[in-house]
Amino acid sequence: MKTWLKILAIGLLFYLHIGGMLFDVPRLNIVNETVRATYFHVPMWFGMCFLFSLSLYNAILYLRKPLAEYDVRAEAFAHVGLAFGILGILTGMIWANYTWGSPWHGDPKQNGAAIACLVYLAYFVLRGSVENHEQKARLSAVYNIFAFAAMVPLIFIIPRMTSSMHPGSGGNPGFNMYDLDSRMRLVLYPATAGWFIVGYWIASLRIKIKTIEEKLLDLEHETSR
Amino acid sequence: MKHLVKYLAALLLLFCNAAIAQPEKVEMADVMRSEGKIYVVVAIILVVLAGLIAYLFLLDKKLSKMEKLLHERQQTKS
Repeated sequence: MKTWLKILAIGLLFYLHIGGMLFDVPRLNIVNETVRATYFHVPMWFGMCFLFSLSLYNAILYLRKPLAEYDVRAEAFAHVGLAFGILGILTGMIWANYTWGSPWHGDPKQNGAAIACLVYLAYFVLRGSVENHEQKARLSAVYNIFAFAAMVPLIFIIPRMTSSMHPGSGGNPGFNMYDLDSRMRLVLYPATAGWFIVGYWIASLRIKIKTIEEKLLDLEHETSR
Repeated sequence: MKHLVKYLAALLLLFCNAAIAQPEKVEMADVMRSEGKIYVVVAIILVVLAGLIAYLFLLDKKLSKMEKLLHERQQTKS
């Protein structure tokens, strides 16, 4: 990964944390100052989707051409994506406790997000339960496609079809609630870009670890022969 | 007549009330902002962020070094 990209991401994240805390936000009832949670909570989900789609892409590449490299990349992106998703659920719970009255409100958006995270957790359970490397890679690549296809409706479609209280759901798609203010976009979108890059960066470290591990195993194999 | 005046007065009051209530006061952390204490919080958050990112950088460097070392060893082997 290029160094300038990392520095750009750091700049964006600093901008997020300064702008997210200090810039003007719309004054809304009930949410009050917690509207700022948008800046920190929403990029987690966007980042998760970005990383899961990269994982899906690599899974498809693996199915087209079974190289171990694709499998390693698919696993790493899914892993970091899941971490982002868990952070998204936790930050959402803190906000829900303040705004909705309880951390777990059983809102369709919350339930959908939790199920989506469980679906991706099962991806790692599946990987852990198959011994054979090629079989593991092939099975998990196929499962990856199903997991992605389940995640999108669970998080983005079902909450909009039912009466979710989550901002942007339940009949008002997008950021309608915040449309009063395009100022918020000025922080939210750079923040999302910053987290995209940092998520990719962390995944690239995981990929490095995995490749080093495999090389080490190869070396050991050669010396033992 | 008396009733009508009362009714009109009540209506007027109601409108006045609505007019006064129009610029709704939504409570925000304005005091914290005006006192400048929010900058303390921002500074703390930035320190944590900078620390974590520096850590990530060091981790990255270490892994790259390891990668290179392994590559060299592989080449000397073959």
